Amino acid sequence: MRLVPKQIETLWTLFTAPVVWAAHFLVCYIGAAIYCAKPELVGLGFSAVRAGIAAATVIALSLIALSAWLAWRQWGFGTDDPPHDDPTRRDRTLFQGFATLLLSGLSFIAVIFTAMPALFVTECIR
Amino acid sequence: MGRYFSLSATSLLLASGTAGAQSSTQSVLEPAGAEAQQTAVLFWVMLSGGAVIWLGVVGLLLHAALVNRRRLAEKSASSIILWGGVVFPSVTLCALLVYALWLMPGLRPFAQASAAALRIEVTGRQFWWEVVYHPAQGPPVASANEIRLPVGEWVELTLKSADVIHSFWIPPLGGKMDMIPGRTNRLSIMATKPGIYRGPCAEYCGTSHALMAFSAVAMAPEAFRSWLAAQAIPAKSAGASGGALFLRHGCGSCHFVAGTDARGLIGPDLSHVGSRATVAAGILPNTEDAVTRFIARPDLIKPGSSMPAFDMLPPDDIRAIAAWLRGLQ
Ligand code: HEC
Ligand SMILES: [Cu+2]
Repeated sequence: MRLVPKQIETLWTLFTAPVVWAAHFLVCYIGAAIYCAKPELVGLGFSAVRAGIAAATVIALSLIALSAWLAWRQWGFGTDDPPHDDPTRRDRTLFQGFATLLLSGLSFIAVIFTAMPALFVTECIR
Repeated sequence: MGRYFSLSATSLLLASGTAGAQSSTQSVLEPAGAEAQQTAVLFWVMLSGGAVIWLGVVGLLLHAALVNRRRLAEKSASSIILWGGVVFPSVTLCALLVYALWLMPGLRPFAQASAAALRIEVTGRQFWWEVVYHPAQGPPVASANEIRLPVGEWVELTLKSADVIHSFWIPPLGGKMDMIPGRTNRLSIMATKPGIYRGPCAEYCGTSHALMAFSAVAMAPEAFRSWLAAQAIPAKSAGASGGALFLRHGCGSCHFVAGTDARGLIGPDLSHVGSRATVAAGILPNTEDAVTRFIARPDLIKPGSSMPAFDMLPPDDIRAIAAWLRGLQ
């Protein structure tokens, strides 16, 4: 079994990082909202919510980093500079790899921004 | 940003429009409360940061257009994009976000933290504000269209609506909070400077939405406490004939006046209406003339209001009632 996925050519890989960002966003916001509406449901303190957000953030960032690495590989590890605008299969692949890499960077920062309130907010705000 | 300036312009207009009433401020740029203070600093930080960045970008643009029109090598162009277009904005935004988030716990105190000594329940109604004070000790005190609060103490506001969505906002004291039917929202504010501040309804709520305001009076804590104690006692007004006319003409079916048979709960509590700075939810000065005009034709002064016109009453009766109401200090 291989640890690193084989290189595949599909448009879907482009969306991996933004999808992870969206999922992380929903987990953080819905999780905190449910906890603050029904704290007794979970039975733990607010620190559990913050720990949950921390865990979700570590997982999300790792997935995005993996997606970025795969994109970097698809981009030929940066051996070729953009623009990749020739009507060839090679340029199409490089272009998609580069675009995916940029989206991964955006998603990485966005996930950090999403998680940041948990650093400062230590209770449910009524 | 335009909003802030048009707001101060509006408050100027309103202040001059109600010149007889009082000059009260409604500007977020003249903070007099803990939350508004921090928000104003945040605003100035953002504004100056934005100005510096704007100057930098325009300066670069001019530099590239007028001074140095040489094409950059691809390598240095890429590094400008990387540092100026990716790293700098990310770091700056991150810093601003950290700053704003760091303010949050102080702005909206947490649930278990300090139960406020004073809770004020405010209910939005088309087009006025029902106000009930719940002090830590003593009975609740009802009022309307005016909120008094002690300087230097956190006050908890419980915000509700009886009809449609309104929004509660005292710009110099703190941020706004919606009043939503079927929901109770909470807001904590602390006034830091004594004064009279104007609070507008900040969510369109019907025909007279723009005529729905109140005054927030921040006063020294001891003065506030003796004021509140006095409010709990029925006022004595001279001109008892006005009081009798008030009851005879049915005003008591909608209005409550402590110590009388007027026990209506549809309109504002008038027990101490004479002591308020304004009448009709912050739009008229509290003078006998203005109260007389309002009683006769509230529909002209506040279109859509549920207070009926009483211009069929003899003018002398209306004036006597107005004089009596003014005396309810
Ligand atoms: C059908 C119910 C009703 C009746 C009857 C009624 N009012 Fe009102 N009144 C209201 C309502 C509602 C308001 C709030 C109007 C607004 O500001 O939108 C009001 C407002 C007022 C105010 C301004 C209060 C404030 O806090 O600024 C005065 C003064 C007043 N009424 C006097 C009277 C007098 C005097 C009578 C009898 C002649 C009377 N009202 C009869 C419903 C009523
Ligand atoms: Cu309103």
